[in-house]
Amino acid sequence: MQTKENIFSLLSEIPDPEIPVISIVELGVIRDVKIFGDKTIEVVITPTYSGCPAMKQMEDDVRKKLLENGFDAVKINMVYHPAWTTDWLSEEAKLKLQKYGIAPPEESTSDKSFLTGKTKQVTCPRCKSKNTVMVSQFGSTACKALYKCNDCLEAFDYFKCI
Amino acid sequence: MTSKEALFNYSLRLGDTSVILAQRLSEWTGHGPFLEEDLALTNIALDIFGRAKALLEYAAKTEGKGRTEDELAFFRNDREYFNALITEQPNGDYAKTIIRQALIDCFDLAFYTELAKSKDETLAGIAAKSIKEITYHKRHSFAWVNRFGNGTEESFNRLQNGLNEIWPFVGELFEMNEVDAILIKEGIAVDLSALKPNWEKEINQLFAKANLVAPEGTYVQHGSRNGLHTEYLSYILAEMQSIPRMHPTAKW
Repeated sequence: MQTKENIFSLLSEIPDPEIPVISIVELGVIRDVKIFGDKTIEVVITPTYSGCPAMKQMEDDVRKKLLENGFDAVKINMVYHPAWTTDWLSEEAKLKLQKYGIAPPEESTSDKSFLTGKTKQVTCPRCKSKNTVMVSQFGSTACKALYKCNDCLEAFDYFKCI
Repeated sequence: MTSKEALFNYSLRLGDTSVILAQRLSEWTGHGPFLEEDLALTNIALDIFGRAKALLEYAAKTEGKGRTEDELAFFRNDREYFNALITEQPNGDYAKTIIRQALIDCFDLAFYTELAKSKDETLAGIAAKSIKEITYHKRHSFAWVNRFGNGTEESFNRLQNGLNEIWPFVGELFEMNEVDAILIKEGIAVDLSALKPNWEKEINQLFAKANLVAPEGTYVQHGSRNGLHTEYLSYILAEMQSIPRMHPTAKW
């Protein structure tokens, strides 16, 4: 009989399809796991963004992983509440993002500054300068914005705070 | 009309409005004025497609006839669609797309903020999720309205012309019918008339900043609540539905 903890550590082996340095568990999209007997399991998933095209890939990866590990029936339950937030990214995950070249979210959503558009100064993940400027609110994927560093002149992705 | 039928129609209306708007916006993919804006509108369209999927999924579940969200999107004709007329209007130039988006974003943010308080948990959940995304969309469209309005004579004229063309379709956003009446009583639907004063205030502030003048004395176009559309919807559906209809048993 598998425990919830076992399943979570099993799912931690699945990388995010777009940002492979963090796992889908670290990303915070796996909300719950319900085990029914030996062979049946339900995984509760929430999307990062409503239209994130990687969600289908994540569902397929979760299903494959669990079928390979002894389950016969895998149900994926997509929920929208509570809505995913970057607050669910662990400090460790944020560090991994930064090392990968993506600036992690700089603030908590609880201060609501993202609603007014007054985002804090974003740190360049390469040279750590705070002299950066937003090029576009919309970047290479739904969860990222495009920034440029005025010091090292490199463009970089910023993981938007939502 | 039973409350279940009303909920089906309501979810369908919201889902249709989202899928048609997303389809329209995605026409800009690869045609944006420059790379960042191309990405921006594609991202926005993607968020709205995601919302459409969730809403149509819920509509299909509420209907309980075994249809899927894809069947609802791809196998209904124009008269069975309930999207707001404003969403099916042609994109025109970039200024027209942006002013249409600003008017809709302003409405949507207020609407989904209220819907997040709905007694229907699924609609409330989808709405709470959407608020975060629409907040970004609105900041984007409002910034561009301001920039076009205060840019050159050319950019201002294009923005004002876009507004003149789209304005007759704005009033319909606030129309309600029997569906709304039934669901408002149950604490599920949003009372659209209550949203209007704040929407007008915000839009008037935006227009003042961008030197825009709202056209006066225009006729309010309506019909979508009853499945009546402008000629443009059929063309959108033809493009959107031709592949699934040609290969109805295909698996993606």
